[in-house]
Amino acid sequence: MKLPLRKLAHARSGDKGDGSNVGLIAQSAEAWTIIQEQVTAPAVKAHFASICRGSVLRYEIPTLRALNFILKDSLGGGGTESLKTDAQGKAHGQLLLYMEVEVPDDSPIHGVESEGSQGT
Amino acid sequence: MSARVRIGNGQGFWGDSIDAPVELIEGGPIDYVGLDYLAEVTLSIMMNQKLKDPSKGYARDFLELVRRVLPTLVEKNIRIITNAGGLNPEACREGVFSVARDLGISGFRVATVVGDDLMGRMDDLLEAGHELRNMDTGEPIRAVRNAVSSANAYIGARPIVEALEQDALIVLTGRSTDTALTLAPFVHELKIPWDDWDRLAAGTIAGHILECGGQATGGNYTHWRDVPEMDRLGYPIVEMWEDGSFVVTKHEGTGGLVSVGTVSEQLVYEMGDPSSYITPDVVAHFDTIHLAREGPNRVLVFGIKGSPRTGTLKVSASYLKGFKAAGQLTVVGPDALEKAAFAADLVWKRLERAGVTFAREDRSVEFLGYNSCLEGIPIEKVRPHEVVLRIAVRDADYEKVARFGKEIAPLVTTGPPGVTGFAGGRPKPSPVVAYWPALLPREEVEPRLRVHVESI
Repeated sequence: MKLPLRKLAHARSGDKGDGSNVGLIAQSAEAWTIIQEQVTAPAVKAHFASICRGSVLRYEIPTLRALNFILKDSLGGGGTESLKTDAQGKAHGQLLLYMEVEVPDDSPIHGVESEGSQGT
Repeated sequence: MSARVRIGNGQGFWGDSIDAPVELIEGGPIDYVGLDYLAEVTLSIMMNQKLKDPSKGYARDFLELVRRVLPTLVEKNIRIITNAGGLNPEACREGVFSVARDLGISGFRVATVVGDDLMGRMDDLLEAGHELRNMDTGEPIRAVRNAVSSANAYIGARPIVEALEQDALIVLTGRSTDTALTLAPFVHELKIPWDDWDRLAAGTIAGHILECGGQATGGNYTHWRDVPEMDRLGYPIVEMWEDGSFVVTKHEGTGGLVSVGTVSEQLVYEMGDPSSYITPDVVAHFDTIHLAREGPNRVLVFGIKGSPRTGTLKVSASYLKGFKAAGQLTVVGPDALEKAAFAADLVWKRLERAGVTFAREDRSVEFLGYNSCLEGIPIEKVRPHEVVLRIAVRDADYEKVARFGKEIAPLVTTGPPGVTGFAGGRPKPSPVVAYWPALLPREEVEPRLRVHVESI
């Protein structure tokens, strides 16, 4: 069944010139496998179709179970030139967490009660 | 083996919490505190201030902090490293000395690092064949030469270490990298050679975790409900070990959360290619970082690798690129969204009748509470009963932007019903300070860096 990424991962974003970066961190080993397979550069580009006018670059950081995306030309001119409310792409991380991925019905991810922190 | 040095960060940007650095300095054991006051275009603002008054051009907020913490710094020998010096580290030092005299405190040293400011050398650099091409567009800087309002090279940890070797209690720099504020004390305390790339990368990554203050300790965290007592968020501290591993933590008794989750999120913040994080001192490999929970609010960071530094330094220039203005009104009641869109359209039509038009990419209409940030994201949207209409324009012509500002308030009485919330007067044009990143061979900058230490 489909689940939004916020059930599997957490994220943070910020500006990179006229683009943004979105870091996406898997909550568990199972979530990492799903994210690695399904959260591809084209999928992210499609999710941000109206916001990101340029290409999407994707990097993997396995030791952190994280993906890093660069969304080029996504800030309407960048930090100080932009007329947008979100001129620095601070919202992009939250927006990526709305994206849906397919999670197998027998996955332990379904058993996770909350949206899962990694504790103190 | 015990931790060799404790370094904290009390200021992530100019405008960050004014109490956080005080709590960091007074709230528990700490050896060094870094304070970052410079964003990409802060130096342009400082240039304006310095042109009007040669005794200005630095972060004056820093002096207010010094007034609060100087007795503790001197008593406990807690050392401050900050880029608050901006374009005028010497004037900032005089400010610090003036505060010290007010408080009757003496017997400490302040260092200044200058030489990063390239504004006075711009034409010489161009003549010598350095085109300072924009790293994003490839355009040479001469295209905007007359509009350039500041140009500074990012400098690394070496001059700061030189200042620490001369016993400075406070080190004032200009455009140091954010990460150098942390790397420098690590190098100084552990006598790390300048070609020990792995440990230089470790100190750099420690600096990256610290550089946004509260963002490492639960601020801006996705799982915000899991962060205890965010109202008294403790700012981050790294305890650096001899081998380059380190623990991220915060003072006992403060709010916030240091977990593998919060540290991971800060590590990916403003990241480019994780395999190559380029700084003046080293190229750090973020894909070699390992994290482990070491205890409550303690995260161990280890395994970091680095590579030799590159031959260039990044230059951060800014230039004036016209003006912009934004105005907003609240639209409420039945069909709020349609009424807001109708009101925005009235503005464009009335301006056109007055002979004022803007290019499509130079105008913006947003409905805050409906789609200002959500633009096109595939989620179910609820039709709002109230929205904030935000309209903005930009143009090279100040008068056109000013004319736009005069069309917002009339909407309250000459538009659809339910338009309210006009406050703060007409939107005024503000200058657009645009950012110009470029590269310059390090030999053009480093031999000219000067470290100067004065005592009081």
